[in-house]
Amino acid sequence: MIKTTNISKQYGDKIVVDNVTIEIPKGKITSLIGSNGAGKSTLLGTIARIINANHGEIIINEKNITDYKNRILAQELSILKQMNHLDLKLTVKELVSFGRFPYSQGRLTEVDHLKIKEAIAFLNLTELENNYLEELSGGQQQRAFLAMVVAQDTDYILLDEPLNNLDMRHSVQIMKTLKDLSVTKNKTIVMVIHDINFASYYSDYIAAMKQGKLIHFNTTKNIINPKILKEIYDIDFEIIESNNKLICNYYN
Amino acid sequence: MRILTLLIALVFLSILSLFIGVKEISIVDIFSWTDKEWLIMTISRLPRTLALILTGIGISICGLIMQQMTQNKFVSPTTAGTLEAAKLGILATLIFIPQSASIYKLIFAFAITFLASIIFLKIADSIKHKSIIFIPVVGLLFGGVINSITTFFAFQFNIVQDVGTWLIGDFSGILQGNYEVIYICLPIVVLTYFYANKFTVIGMGENFSKNLGLNYRSILHLGLLCVSLSISAIAVTIGTIPFLGLIIPNIISLLYGDNLRQTLPYTAISGAIFLLICDIVGRLIIFPFEVPIGMTVGLIGGIVFLILLLRKK
Repeated sequence: MIKTTNISKQYGDKIVVDNVTIEIPKGKITSLIGSNGAGKSTLLGTIARIINANHGEIIINEKNITDYKNRILAQELSILKQMNHLDLKLTVKELVSFGRFPYSQGRLTEVDHLKIKEAIAFLNLTELENNYLEELSGGQQQRAFLAMVVAQDTDYILLDEPLNNLDMRHSVQIMKTLKDLSVTKNKTIVMVIHDINFASYYSDYIAAMKQGKLIHFNTTKNIINPKILKEIYDIDFEIIESNNKLICNYYN
Repeated sequence: MRILTLLIALVFLSILSLFIGVKEISIVDIFSWTDKEWLIMTISRLPRTLALILTGIGISICGLIMQQMTQNKFVSPTTAGTLEAAKLGILATLIFIPQSASIYKLIFAFAITFLASIIFLKIADSIKHKSIIFIPVVGLLFGGVINSITTFFAFQFNIVQDVGTWLIGDFSGILQGNYEVIYICLPIVVLTYFYANKFTVIGMGENFSKNLGLNYRSILHLGLLCVSLSISAIAVTIGTIPFLGLIIPNIISLLYGDNLRQTLPYTAISGAIFLLICDIVGRLIIFPFEVPIGMTVGLIGGIVFLILLLRKK
């Protein structure tokens, strides 16, 4: 379980994350939504200990993240930032192998090789595993990075805009994969996402931020309603129900 | 398989290098060498060849580490102010403790090189547009600034001419007893090999490293330590060899990719081979005189560098 208590982060005078307390349910997909500059990525970054919060504490599995050794925490929690310009000539397999770093420090064991193979297959990259990343399309690269995270095999996976730069087909593919990860492997996934319909369709819970504050946190069904969405985004929404899922129309 | 071919080439070139010189010594008569011939071998020829191999390995590995850590294929000791800093260090030794042993030169050169590398990384970090050409250009400027400091003090102390000669790498002065500092490259190469994966990971950025549970700062500093120490040791004994740290890692990267653990042996051996060839050419071209190795390397390296530059565009 991920639990934050009174997390605040400010840069100079600007408060980016303001006193956020949230308990993220295990084994589910939680989407972080909100307009630009609402503090979503910063909050995600503090949970992933790549940004130091000014205030508050973050508990992962009953233990404060500051009490974790880097290596041990890297076996519990992984983060994938908005990717990911990479000027290195690595093959897909080499990149995915780095996911095993927290376990074996680069000396791959039998188990590692198995996990790497599994992760590559999970993201449908087996045919491309010996290709260099620079030869792949944006969508394939994104999948390769996700495969690395899958190989890292952490209970908690944090993703910062995983659909960035992806076309619809690849976006759907990635979301289905994530759903699969949470259902079959019981992973807890927290992601920052801008497309409200992807959030609505695929996530179990939605947390909404506005001006650094967490203003709503509930099941998807309870968040996707015109009144709450208007409060979050300041525009009008029409909610359409289809196949038991809620779709938002905000294009008018 | 390939690595074996390279190793054979290295051994062959080393033997060739041992038997080139004004005094003709034949490998066939090895069992009937006179004392004098043995002396030439052990005092001059063998140290020279060993120094060449170690320098070749040291500089190309340093270039490789620098390129991985800055994520920029054009950063190398030549294009990051590293060599200039080493020179400033040597100058400082000459001013503060004249007549000192090379170990003092090494310590001073190392301290200043390490400092300069950290400053360079800070500058590179704060540049917003990380164009692949821009960072090495900044590095060259940075080197120029250090160089002008060196020249200023050299001028004050009347040793401008001495300083000038350090620039051009030279193996002809290598004799038993005056080159041993360079052996420091050996443990560094071994260390680099064990940390190769970590250097690759931190090359992908601070967040990426943290995600994998790696302490970014400490690995970065370890890398800089390795680079500064080897480059200083080489600068103190041989001088500076331009371009080597740039072209060898780049060629290997083009051929075998950027997984350090795998490419490191190739880079190391190719660096040594390249330097041996340049040295042999330099020694034969106006035999029995020598063209300084800095010139042959600079000429061949410069051309290769240009080709790489044009290809990248």
